Amino acid sequence: MATGLKPRTAAELRTSYLRQEMFPTIFCDGCGIGNVLNYTLWALDSLGLDLDRTVFVSGIGCSSRLSGYINADGMHTTHGRALAFASGIKAANPELTVIIFTGDGDGAGIGGNHLLHAIRRNMDLTVILVNNFTYGMTGGQAAPTTPDGSFSTTTPYGNIEHPLDICELARALGAPYVARWPVNVPAQPISSIAQGISKRGFALIEMLVPCPTAYGRRNGLKELERSWQWYREQTVLVDEWEWIEQFGSPEERAALGGKLKIGVFQDLERETFEDRWARLVARVRL
Amino acid sequence: MSSASQRIRQALGDAVQFVQGDDACAYGAILAGCTFFAGYPITPATEVAERMAELLPLIGGCYIQMEDEIASMGAIIGASWTGAKTMTSTSGPGFSLMQENLGYAIMSETPCVVVNVQRSGPSTGQPTMGAYGDMMQARWGTHGDHEIIMLCPASVQEAMELTIVAFNLAEQLRTPVLLFIDGELGHMRERLVIPDVETIERYERVRATSPAGYRPFAPGPNLVPPFAPFGAGFRTYVTGLTHNEQGLPRASSAAIHDQLVRRLAAKITDHSELITRYEAFYPDDCDIAIVAYGITARTCRDVVEEARRRGIKAGLLRLISIWPFPEAVVAQWAARVRALLVPEMNLGQIVHPIREAVAGRCPVVLHSRIGGELHSPAELLSALEELQWQQA
Repeated sequence: MATGLKPRTAAELRTSYLRQEMFPTIFCDGCGIGNVLNYTLWALDSLGLDLDRTVFVSGIGCSSRLSGYINADGMHTTHGRALAFASGIKAANPELTVIIFTGDGDGAGIGGNHLLHAIRRNMDLTVILVNNFTYGMTGGQAAPTTPDGSFSTTTPYGNIEHPLDICELARALGAPYVARWPVNVPAQPISSIAQGISKRGFALIEMLVPCPTAYGRRNGLKELERSWQWYREQTVLVDEWEWIEQFGSPEERAALGGKLKIGVFQDLERETFEDRWARLVARVRL
Repeated sequence: MSSASQRIRQALGDAVQFVQGDDACAYGAILAGCTFFAGYPITPATEVAERMAELLPLIGGCYIQMEDEIASMGAIIGASWTGAKTMTSTSGPGFSLMQENLGYAIMSETPCVVVNVQRSGPSTGQPTMGAYGDMMQARWGTHGDHEIIMLCPASVQEAMELTIVAFNLAEQLRTPVLLFIDGELGHMRERLVIPDVETIERYERVRATSPAGYRPFAPGPNLVPPFAPFGAGFRTYVTGLTHNEQGLPRASSAAIHDQLVRRLAAKITDHSELITRYEAFYPDDCDIAIVAYGITARTCRDVVEEARRRGIKAGLLRLISIWPFPEAVVAQWAARVRALLVPEMNLGQIVHPIREAVAGRCPVVLHSRIGGELHSPAELLSALEELQWQQA
């Protein structure tokens, strides 16, 4: 889907979409969450979405603060539960566009069970999950996504747990739209967020972003340039990944180890909860 | 009659039915105008969800079964922000899971109703047996300073009537309201008379009129802020963080936190007249009184009559609203009687605020029974006799 990006300046976007009283943001220098906000605004703008009819829901954590920065109805809920609140909003008023901001700890750690069931239920919700490999707001503890061997305040000798591939989980559960992009490529996430919002059904866009303060500095990624470089080097487009897996040399295949697959992983149609509920009500209503 | 009222009447069926307490809560919700229910199965509360699943589509509402009680509580809060009247139901273990989001509902001033059909705890306890072990959890279960409203019916009929009251109070004061019964009452069948839908007093939350200059958490004269639903152009930001009247986070301000949390508490305590409900038997003609609530109070009604036949001038104060605690009412009784007997289906919970209200004016004797059986009239009668003998 082509996104109709208008020639806007960042200042114009800020005035049109942001809640000025909330600034400055809580984000540290070099944090990638601001980029996700920026990409989201471009996506909203390209769709011409009516912000009076859009609700931004979030949980707890750095990325969950995003719901407050956009000048629309917003709900900053409890830790991990954004999807539960969002499901209530959407089920009670299916006409609203509901967009969820969450993090890796919020959305896939404490909120993992809600993620699983929200995908299964397939409401028309768009989840923008910001993955920075750590619990940033509490100072950098290991998360379900922390890479193998990485250092954090709670894995001072290196992480021994296997990280969760959130997109793989969403894909397996049948989410109609699943994509993952790193912070260093703006056009693809803008397009994916717009596609996710337009998709009738559950959409998950996972954004890989640096957290220099809590994660980066313990893992040699404190410098912004170095960390963006890391995302360039460590991510492989899904098509290329699959080609290497099938036809690549043993060396090329081995080089995939520890890297992250990016791209659009799933794009399909599946009837939503709201549509099914509406049909059920039409059948039995007195 | 409006088509909505007609639909409700048709959905509920006969005006006189023989149903369980759980069913009555669902009926009360529908009569109150509830259009959204989210829940998770748990004994002995499951029938509330079952009835709602059956009834809501008939009237064009929405039922959703969530993945757990945390999600159920979250969903009814989210749905309430679209303007819907919402409810969930559960029992002890599920009520424990709801605590954090219950606090969110208090902090975000979200009207909703939570039914707890209590069973014995701690932990899994006795799933099919009645108990009143969550009375203090209801008061203090969620963290932080807060007030809560809780109603405690004693019959199937009253379960329906008080569920309507619970919705009205939630709407009037923009706060979650707890409706507490127990496994015995929840599963007991009794005659239920369903009132004419058109005669039911129903309150709706006060709506904000215009987005211009709207401050979503600026209280009206009754301390309750006017409500603007999501999607109506008011662009409200709702957070569980300490927030100013605009709704913006001000988590480091002692003054704003103090002002907000004291207002949220005063919003409930200042309306105690609106909330407080009790029933008095022989209030001006008794030496010894029982203070009871829930299903236990029904036994006490007979016990008091029998005691009076035996020459004990007994009375009964049946508490219907428990939180905020009707301290003044209990204090008045304490000033008139020689002793108070407090039977509870727990190891002693409401006896504590009773003692606080009595403030030493007379002895307060707890009569505990746990294990899922109700107090027998005989044991309460002998407790009264013993108290009479001690005080003579």
